[in-house]
Amino acid sequence: MLRFLLSRIGLLIPTFIGVSIVAFSFIRLLPGDPVLLMAGERGLSEERHAELLKQFGFDRPIWEQYWDYLLGIFQGDLGFSIVTKKPVIAEFFALFPATVELSLCAIVLAVLIGIPVGIIAAVKRGSFFDHTVMTTALVGYSMPIFWWGLLLIILFAGILQWTPVSGRISLIYFFPQVTGFMLIDSLLSGQAGAFRSAVSHLILPSIVLATIPLAVIARQTRSAMLEVLSEDYVRTARAKGLSPFRVISVHALRNAMIPVITTIGLQIGVLMAGAILTETIFSWPGIGKWMVESISRRDYPVVQGALLMVATIIMLVNLVVDMLYGLINPSIRYAR
Amino acid sequence: MSDTARTETKKRSAEAEVLAEFWHYFSENRGAVIGLFVFVALVLIAILAPIVAPHSPTQQYRDALLQPPVWADGGTATFLLGTDAVGRDILSRLIYGARFSLFIGVVVVTLSLTIGISLGLIAGYVGGWLDTLIMRVMDVILAFPSLLLALVLVAILGPGLMNAMIAIALILQPHFVRLTRAAVMSEKNRDYVTAARVAGAGPLRLMFKTILPNCMAPLIVQATLSFSNAILDAAALGFLGMGAQPPTPEWGTMLAESREFILRAPWVVTFPGLAILVTVLAINLMGDGLRDALDPKLKRS
Repeated sequence: MLRFLLSRIGLLIPTFIGVSIVAFSFIRLLPGDPVLLMAGERGLSEERHAELLKQFGFDRPIWEQYWDYLLGIFQGDLGFSIVTKKPVIAEFFALFPATVELSLCAIVLAVLIGIPVGIIAAVKRGSFFDHTVMTTALVGYSMPIFWWGLLLIILFAGILQWTPVSGRISLIYFFPQVTGFMLIDSLLSGQAGAFRSAVSHLILPSIVLATIPLAVIARQTRSAMLEVLSEDYVRTARAKGLSPFRVISVHALRNAMIPVITTIGLQIGVLMAGAILTETIFSWPGIGKWMVESISRRDYPVVQGALLMVATIIMLVNLVVDMLYGLINPSIRYAR
Repeated sequence: MSDTARTETKKRSAEAEVLAEFWHYFSENRGAVIGLFVFVALVLIAILAPIVAPHSPTQQYRDALLQPPVWADGGTATFLLGTDAVGRDILSRLIYGARFSLFIGVVVVTLSLTIGISLGLIAGYVGGWLDTLIMRVMDVILAFPSLLLALVLVAILGPGLMNAMIAIALILQPHFVRLTRAAVMSEKNRDYVTAARVAGAGPLRLMFKTILPNCMAPLIVQATLSFSNAILDAAALGFLGMGAQPPTPEWGTMLAESREFILRAPWVVTFPGLAILVTVLAINLMGDGLRDALDPKLKRS
């Protein structure tokens, strides 16, 4: 297992270097002088310009600049936001819990609905339920989620007035952000109604963000189940007289889950891409909205830092998924 | 009949047979046939846009701002799906928008397919450090969430439809590289390739004429998926203000322009999104059908 772990980490190193080169190049690839870009419309005097060029090290050879950048990363230095003047890494970790909370709710929703629905569709192959589920899943998979979010706002926040339009919690509640997770913090605060407010703010964004992963997981579960159900050992289990429930839940499910877990792991990237749109629509104060705003505000150090952080986190999550995969399926662990 | 003519006919009838078999499997999937019909209809609408559209997509009718669709109170038959905030006919804008979406799909798939296949062929056929280099670069591209990378690329290149298409093509092509490489690796040591090599075929001929045609099935399916992804991503970029710029009647851009009216005039938001959904759904339905028809593993013969 340790060797497996080490080999996987070894594979990550070149990718991480590549990712850091992309993030490093980003500011230097932008058209125009990087210092002038950061100064914005206020303009700069000649001396200040030269001073800043030196301060940021733009006058030194490119590989030296990259080396400094890399050293900075390992010391947790991702530069400073031009707009707020705060360290990018501090801003990132202040907003990150909001994105994690939303993504976790979405993936839990997608797994809790997607897997059972996929299993039932596979067991009742060709039935009305199967057709409905597969059609719905294809619609979900094809959904432009930014539009889907707007539709849900029109219906549930506009016409029915069941949920709020945007934000994480109603502004009347104020309590310390102990964990950064609104659901936990609102419970800890003990204020009446705070938790309910947090939940009602989370419902629509979670549904929107869960839509595509849900469709993918349901489809993948169904096809994995169908494949396993036609295997000999399932027939043997049936022939032994085991109850259909036992055959499905014990014999078939365990093996069908292997590709499904890979699929769930792959959804992390999908969730981050979806978070950009979902957070923008619902004014959810997370990483996705922060990045879109930073791009339009030309706060490029933020974009650069967030780009690196997001890619690194996705890589680490994929590593964990790989590990889980190795735990469930020993043949992968011993493959090499 | 001369010999060459005879082999020519034989070849053609073999091709017809393959097509017939393909259609047989494809048409078994009812969803795929529906998707194909919708897609053909969309192509026709896009081509005939100037004839079909009742109004110009940019003409502003100042006395008919935010007019509801014909079936709602206050709607008129002049503007079947209503008008937007500056009085443009939504139906006409949607019809012209079909041109943009299909154009985006065609350009993005062509770009990512050509680049992806070429890189994949080189990586798989040549191997060695070139293979490692190409595949590591693809890993790096895939390490970023696709939309995020597209956004950042557009920030570098500058907002606009052309740059959005380039960015999307770049983020979609690693899938083609991986598929082509895997297929080439499994094909290149087969007997027919060795035979062609012994017969004196050069590396380019081996790559493109001998090996590539035998790797096409998964690539075609991936191309369909990429077509619908390209439309979705381009609309998302337009929605975030980084794709096609107003007043272009691109569907995502239309949604972005109408966001502030969602509660007052829901129809300006509903129809562009519906158009995106129907187009993407039709293409994905076709993709499912193609996969069933082309994947020999699933063929029930």
